[in-house]
Amino acid sequence: MIVAGIDVGGKNVHIVIRKDGRILTKGTLPAGIKKAEAVDALYDQVLKQAGLSRKDVERVVATGSAAKRVAFAHGFIQDVVADARGVIKSFPNARTVIDVGAEEGRAIKLGADGKVLDFAINEKCAAGTGTFVEAMSRALEVSVEEMSKIALDSTKSIPMNAQCAVFGESEVVSLIHQKASKADISRAVMDAVAGRVGSVVRIVGLEKDVMLVGGMAKNAGFVDSLEKNLEMPVIVPNDPEYMGAYGAAEVALSDIFEEAK
Amino acid sequence: MVEQGKPVEFWRWPETNWVNPDIDWIKGEWITAGVDVGSVSTQAVIMVDGEFYAFGNTRTGSDSPNSAQKGMDYALEKTDLKLENIDYCIGTGYGRVNVPMAQQAITEISCHARGANFMYGPDVRTVMDMGGQDCKAINVDDRGKVLNFMMNDKCAAGTGRGMEVFADLIHIPVWEIGPRSFLISREPPSISNTCVVFAKSEVVGLLEQGVPENEIMAAYCSAMAHRIMELLKRLGVKEKFVITGGIAKNEGVVKRLEKELGIKTAEQAWANPQYREKNYPFDTQLAGALGAALFGQSLLELGKAKSVRKT
Repeated sequence: MIVAGIDVGGKNVHIVIRKDGRILTKGTLPAGIKKAEAVDALYDQVLKQAGLSRKDVERVVATGSAAKRVAFAHGFIQDVVADARGVIKSFPNARTVIDVGAEEGRAIKLGADGKVLDFAINEKCAAGTGTFVEAMSRALEVSVEEMSKIALDSTKSIPMNAQCAVFGESEVVSLIHQKASKADISRAVMDAVAGRVGSVVRIVGLEKDVMLVGGMAKNAGFVDSLEKNLEMPVIVPNDPEYMGAYGAAEVALSDIFEEAK
Repeated sequence: MVEQGKPVEFWRWPETNWVNPDIDWIKGEWITAGVDVGSVSTQAVIMVDGEFYAFGNTRTGSDSPNSAQKGMDYALEKTDLKLENIDYCIGTGYGRVNVPMAQQAITEISCHARGANFMYGPDVRTVMDMGGQDCKAINVDDRGKVLNFMMNDKCAAGTGRGMEVFADLIHIPVWEIGPRSFLISREPPSISNTCVVFAKSEVVGLLEQGVPENEIMAAYCSAMAHRIMELLKRLGVKEKFVITGGIAKNEGVVKRLEKELGIKTAEQAWANPQYREKNYPFDTQLAGALGAALFGQSLLELGKAKSVRKT
């Protein structure tokens, strides 16, 4: 049976098409202003990649902050649930899930059975999200990808005073004026985000294994800063930004399974 | 947007300076100055025996010492006074410890309270200072002494910088936002995001949907009023209630705040009837520097400070 999981976030749409346990195809597109249009375009595109059409898909489950934009979805789930279901399916030992996306940071505490025991979200403030790093990247005139690499070369830890992304931009500019290296500034930015994310994680408590998902999990500099902040290794799955969509597809599969019983 | 090869900066408000034509500083006993180096703007105020003599209001540059110098030079520009003629200078604001010509630094909270007392009168009880990168709600007594305060300096929402970012985004000069926010047929719902960065995306979305610019300005002003309201609610507002700082000049925010609060702000005019009569410029951004200069005057009078005047 073929199902789709669609994650419509603050910045991007992610779609995973699964046939039973296997991922058939997946894809992503910037959500833009007209998110419903982006969803439609991406859905048709990924189906085409797999040689499928919409009628082949038995169930569609949507998640993410703009999940309701998926007009054709059969079900909607909270992003916390999508993360939990996706992670526990592939990493049964996970007890803490950290999801850092473009506009949100979340920490989820999982029970041994994969149930969500507790969670905390920062969705009010760009500090502690990918948007913060993007804003600093503009001020530094270094791409986010480059920042994620050079942050690891930093030899000096510079604490950022600003929490706010708007004030952070001015601080980055003044660090440039003070001749701080781009590597050190990049690390300062990653440390700042890690600090904010770390405080969200501490609300729910930290327990091994710790999984990091969401777009920021692809940022090596950030992963390093977060591990230092949490004083614990974090596990990053393959394609961490697809975890929400993967989890939604997992829910779609079990929905069908439940109905059949 | 490009004009004459230079990007237009919609946040860039005009700088001003002034000298009091009714005062001859040579006849004065004490000449004091206050320099308020904020994160966004810098003001220098010069007083002669506790009377308002001159000021300069400029944009803060990349470092505090230069900004302080620029502000002071601008305040002196229309006078025949020199820095050497000043008895005592006090630095205040975010960059107060980096004011090269100052003999002492005093926090901007104390200075704003004192300055507001001088500007608006001794019956002021709550001062809302809305600065470039922070905002403070201050309760004061009849001598302008701080009783209690609440401050937000962590988040750009509700600060002048937040308004500048917005002005730049919608390409409207920052001083036009207040008046234009009332040229609407209906009061729109507030911008729902608190974070300035997220609010920017929300505004882009509204523009994209064809929502009229003036309505978006109204929505932004009301979000800002709402944000300030939270701070005031925690502190407790007492009348006479006044606003100082740059945002006080934005009626779009001030009127919406008054409505939400159910309390009017005091008229932006000198408490001193002579100042009123002679039409001395009343600039809400001057409160901090004015307060600092007044502290200098008191310290000299009480013998707690020594004049550094050279000529």
